Amino acid sequence: MDKSPDPAPSLLEVRGVSKNFDTLRALQDVDFTLRAGEIHALLGENGAGKSTLIKVVTGVFARDAGNVRLDGVDIAPRSAKAALDAGIATVYQEVNLLPNLSVAQNLFLGRQPTRFAMVREGEMRRRAAELLAEFGLDIDVAAPLGNYSVAVQHVTAIARAVDLSARVLILDEPTASLDRHEVEILFRVMRQLAARGIGIVFVSHFLDQVYEISDRITVLRNGRLVGERQTASLSRLELIRMMLGRELAETTSERAAARPHQARDVCASFEGYGKAGYLAPFDLELRHGEVVGLAGLLGSGRTETARLVFGAERADSGQAKVEGKPVRLLSPRDAAQHGFGYCPEERKTEGIVADLTVRENIVLALQARLGLHRPLSRREQGEIAMRFIRLLDIRPAQPERPVGLLSGGNQQKVLLARWLATAPRLLVLDEPTRGIDVGAHAEIIRLIRELCDDGLALLVISSELDEIVSYSDRVIVLRDRAHIEQLQGDAIEVSRILAAIAADASARAEGGRP
Amino acid sequence: MMSRLPRRGLAQAFALVVILLVDRAVSPQFFDLRLQDGRLFGSVIDVLNRGTPVALLSLGMVLVIATRGIDLSVGAVMAIAGAIAASLADSHGLPLVLTAALGTGVICGLWNGILVSLLGIQPIVATLILMVAGRGVAQLITEGRIVTFTSPDLVWLGNGGVLGLPTPVVIAAGMLLVTGAVVRGSALGLLIEATGGNARASELAGVGTRATILAVYVWCSVCAALAGVIAAADIMGADANNAGLWLELDAILAVVVGGTSLFGGRFSLLLAMVGALIIQAMNTGILLSGYPPEFNLLVKAVVVIAVLLLQSPRLAGAARFASIAARFRDAKA
Repeated sequence: MDKSPDPAPSLLEVRGVSKNFDTLRALQDVDFTLRAGEIHALLGENGAGKSTLIKVVTGVFARDAGNVRLDGVDIAPRSAKAALDAGIATVYQEVNLLPNLSVAQNLFLGRQPTRFAMVREGEMRRRAAELLAEFGLDIDVAAPLGNYSVAVQHVTAIARAVDLSARVLILDEPTASLDRHEVEILFRVMRQLAARGIGIVFVSHFLDQVYEISDRITVLRNGRLVGERQTASLSRLELIRMMLGRELAETTSERAAARPHQARDVCASFEGYGKAGYLAPFDLELRHGEVVGLAGLLGSGRTETARLVFGAERADSGQAKVEGKPVRLLSPRDAAQHGFGYCPEERKTEGIVADLTVRENIVLALQARLGLHRPLSRREQGEIAMRFIRLLDIRPAQPERPVGLLSGGNQQKVLLARWLATAPRLLVLDEPTRGIDVGAHAEIIRLIRELCDDGLALLVISSELDEIVSYSDRVIVLRDRAHIEQLQGDAIEVSRILAAIAADASARAEGGRP
Repeated sequence: MMSRLPRRGLAQAFALVVILLVDRAVSPQFFDLRLQDGRLFGSVIDVLNRGTPVALLSLGMVLVIATRGIDLSVGAVMAIAGAIAASLADSHGLPLVLTAALGTGVICGLWNGILVSLLGIQPIVATLILMVAGRGVAQLITEGRIVTFTSPDLVWLGNGGVLGLPTPVVIAAGMLLVTGAVVRGSALGLLIEATGGNARASELAGVGTRATILAVYVWCSVCAALAGVIAAADIMGADANNAGLWLELDAILAVVVGGTSLFGGRFSLLLAMVGALIIQAMNTGILLSGYPPEFNLLVKAVVVIAVLLLQSPRLAGAARFASIAARFRDAKA
């Protein structure tokens, strides 16, 4: 992809790596090249395959196909420890150190300098202070690590990793919980290490930081490599198109013929709705028979909008109305009572109850809404479950099977069934096609269209802009936890959504840079 | 459920049968029953009767554990309820005595439930508070003495009989039926299993997880209070220091032996009570065998491990592998 001559030898080479989880193809034939002394950003939306790639390289997952070479030698680490011994260190967003031990102890844990089987505390502290001084950190190394800021903890974790003779350093969202000043400390350390010839993989969803620190960018989408580019020669618009836009191999996906645009009744409306520090106040009208798409990058406020609408977070400003009547949405229970439904992005942790059966998962929301005193009989439950198993073609068609044993796509259908069984007026779908194989993907999109034709109001979040464009009647574009633009009718095009996201980002970058 | 239960209860039923057979081996008269003054007597009846307090505790405990909680305070709640019942027994009628004792159970359960569901304190810590403080409360009620009573109504609860069976056994069976009717007859059972299986997902599905959790802690304490009244009635007195001491552990054991995971989710009321019977059948067997009761604790540990292994899916896999390997060997030979 990159036409310029190689400035440095390849340090880490990933070639044709694939990884499947059951039917889900998490990585397909992915290449990735890290050169010595470069900072290489690995980008992509949730589910793009970044974590899977890192876990394959660091030995957490075994790859199904492909090669990983370090300095030209094939490696196949079987554990994070083996990867570390080979010279690949990873520092995650949550620092995996021991906050109750001192900084020095954390740095030298498992390899403390000893004399006559006694730990030489003084020696250890001296060396710890020396090590951190290299990173421009002058702190009391005898104090517990937990006393220091997250940035210092990150630098400590990095110092430990580098001191263990790492040549490849993988930083997974290291800046997510850092403030601006702390980010600068971290970036200074990263530049120092790169200058020493260490290759750094930087995973982040903050594009400003990616442009500030990285030399090169690799973008993944849906488990595939989209491309590798020099950061300096890649515009933001192009980058965002790589992350969200249509897949390279894909041909045009056309927008469904615009439905006759009759005046539809407002189902639910939100005025000045927001929560301080969570999402800027927004106005939103959801109409029967209409799909509203939420588009934006990760962390732009899409999921936050969904959670406020469904009462999973309490708004501290604004007014919600259902069919014109003011309502208070203090909890998901309130929202469900008003006929809302919500299929969250985190299907396993927030959606399904894995140990319960398909039948029980499907009737759960309906039963919760009916209350304790109006139990559905076993027969009624079975009938409801079978109706939706047939309607949505849930496979295997066994209502008594624990839902945890189903594939991702079928779990998603069970969640849809759970809410459809309550005959909702509004359904909020957060990334309904994430982590689902291709066949189920198309079916879910077909279902979304059908539901909408039946008069349901839909609010759909997706990182797949093609998808959003194909089924939305209106698209709301978000960035930095605020709604910034609304597109309607013929204005709904992938290019215009991309422009809305990127225009703002570059304006900010020009205005915000010191 | 119909297709699942028999297979689910197999390990417990098997364990109970084996232990009863061992009991029969050490005491040939174990299964003998005789009718005397219109009451049945015999070792089996004894197992049921002695097992009642733990059976009642496990009936409440299984619901708490199904929500992924635990209640360490049930022994202390027994002591409080027993102390209240004993203090009031000779001056008030049975209805008021029972109302006061069970009402105390409701208050204790609300205390636990509020700490866990509204304040979000870890169940093991939240209920540890009442486990420690509750015994102190019971001692304050009895003023540090063993309060005895003679009220025939209350004594009947512990020592009387209904249709030939000891009253405690009938009460425990009644509580099983009532709890089963409430839990499985309403939607509560599903909501409890959903809450225990995945509380976040359940809340997002509109389930009132906090109210559900509060309810199970209240019911658990009510069961404990009833067990406390029966234990007091049995000895015609309340001993705040020893009533229900360590029984919370037996109850947890009974629930686990009954196949309910400490990680919440699926539960079975009936199997929890079978678990309690398994424990009591062992206790009785050791007493009958003439071994010193100290052995009881060791034997209990062995049986518990055996029952847990029988339930373990990994062991089931290993057993299947062994049987396939055996077939393979046979084929070769």
